Amino acid sequence: MDLIIPGSGLIIWQIIGFSILLFILAKFAWKPILSALDEREKSIEEALKSAEIARNEMANLKAENEKIIHEAKLERDEMLLKATETAKKIVEEAKDVAQVEGAKMLEAAKKAIETEKHAAMEEVKVQVAALSLSIAEKVLRKSLADESKQKALVEEWIKEYKLN
Amino acid sequence: MVRKFLYLSVLLSVFWIGFSNVAVAAGDEEDKTGFIMHHVKDSHEWHFATFGHTHITLPLPVIIYSSDRGLEIYSSSNFQNPETHLFGKEYGHNGYYIDEHDHLKAVDDRSFLDLSITKNVAMLFIVLAVVLWILLAAASHYKKNPGTAPKGAASFIEPIVVFVRDEIALPNIGHHKYKNFTPYLLTIFFFIWFGNLLGLFPGAANLTGNIAVTATLAIFTFFVTNLNGNKDYWKHVVATPGVPLPLLLIIVPVEIIGLFTKPFALMVRLFVAITAGHIVILSFIGLIFVFESYAVGFASTIMVVFINMIELLVATIQAYVFTLFSAMYIGQAVAQHDHH
Repeated sequence: MDLIIPGSGLIIWQIIGFSILLFILAKFAWKPILSALDEREKSIEEALKSAEIARNEMANLKAENEKIIHEAKLERDEMLLKATETAKKIVEEAKDVAQVEGAKMLEAAKKAIETEKHAAMEEVKVQVAALSLSIAEKVLRKSLADESKQKALVEEWIKEYKLN
Repeated sequence: MVRKFLYLSVLLSVFWIGFSNVAVAAGDEEDKTGFIMHHVKDSHEWHFATFGHTHITLPLPVIIYSSDRGLEIYSSSNFQNPETHLFGKEYGHNGYYIDEHDHLKAVDDRSFLDLSITKNVAMLFIVLAVVLWILLAAASHYKKNPGTAPKGAASFIEPIVVFVRDEIALPNIGHHKYKNFTPYLLTIFFFIWFGNLLGLFPGAANLTGNIAVTATLAIFTFFVTNLNGNKDYWKHVVATPGVPLPLLLIIVPVEIIGLFTKPFALMVRLFVAITAGHIVILSFIGLIFVFESYAVGFASTIMVVFINMIELLVATIQAYVFTLFSAMYIGQAVAQHDHH
């Protein structure tokens, strides 16, 4: 048979054979194979997508956690700052009050001391006067214990009077 | 056996040293050409080998349909010399004979249809059986084990199926329509690929290097393309937009011729690539018996192995190219021109 002239019989057999092949393969091979491939690809795609979603959620959660931690830190710092300030204020106030109180007490003490001093001085004066009197009395008694001295003294006085 | 391969020296004269006296000395040129071409062309008998005078052949059914005598079936051995296995007018049977070019003819020149199971038709059945066997085996895996990784035949065909779908059908046809044509493209690809590969077996027929087969495949693509052509496609053919009327007189015939040159190119490309490959391999084998030298035998064997490797590649490339161009033609026919 010739090389470049197609044989009619072969063309007919080829048309029949290829049509049957196309029909059988399309129905029983390509349909299940292509749909199975499609399904598998879809499921892989979905799995990847859900993994991506999960990853994003994880990232979101992490970010949220960090945010919460950060906020908590900020709050803590603020609270610490406030507490320190309050403590300082309290100490400051306490100091002021103590100073004023102290000053007042000192004043009162000074006054009391002054008053006591005066009172003591008065008493000392009275005591000194009494003591002086008693001493003078004792001296006088001693010096005038015998009658000669008394007569001498009287005589002295009379002399003085006489002079006057 | 040596005598048989001496015939192959014709290939040498055709393709290699052509008019060298060595080749001419090998024997009668006419006879040799006939023998080489006998390997490449179709036949009513499947010839495997000849040892001395013993021909190892498979006689094939000769099926004839004529309007006056209906369907007739004979064995091709009825039409040949039982000793030499040669066909000829003198070995006619029941009013028919097969001439020396392997054409079935009627003695009285009646018209009839030759539906014989020739070597290539038998090869076609083998290719169909192999393709169906492998692909149905693969399909059954997908049906039985949905959602699992491919195994066996399925793991063999899956990358190819995915390649044809994603690299040939999708980019050339577009995501709107490619799913409709993927089964056709896959069938074309696997048929041509297995046809090419099985044709490389020693003793196999040159199915995909036969012009009737490539022509039929091209006709399939022609019909698939043009029956699915949309309005834009036909408008481009019969009234190309944006072209002034005088030019249309030239453009339109060119476009109409283009409808037919596309499948023609498909037909010729596959036919030539596969047939040429077979001829080159045979010619290298023929060299050994022309020179009858160990050195040439060694070199030729290396070359035959090398060409066979290339042929394995060509078998795949040609299947790919035929499928790719079919996809491109279909893609042009169904393209949606949004910019118009």
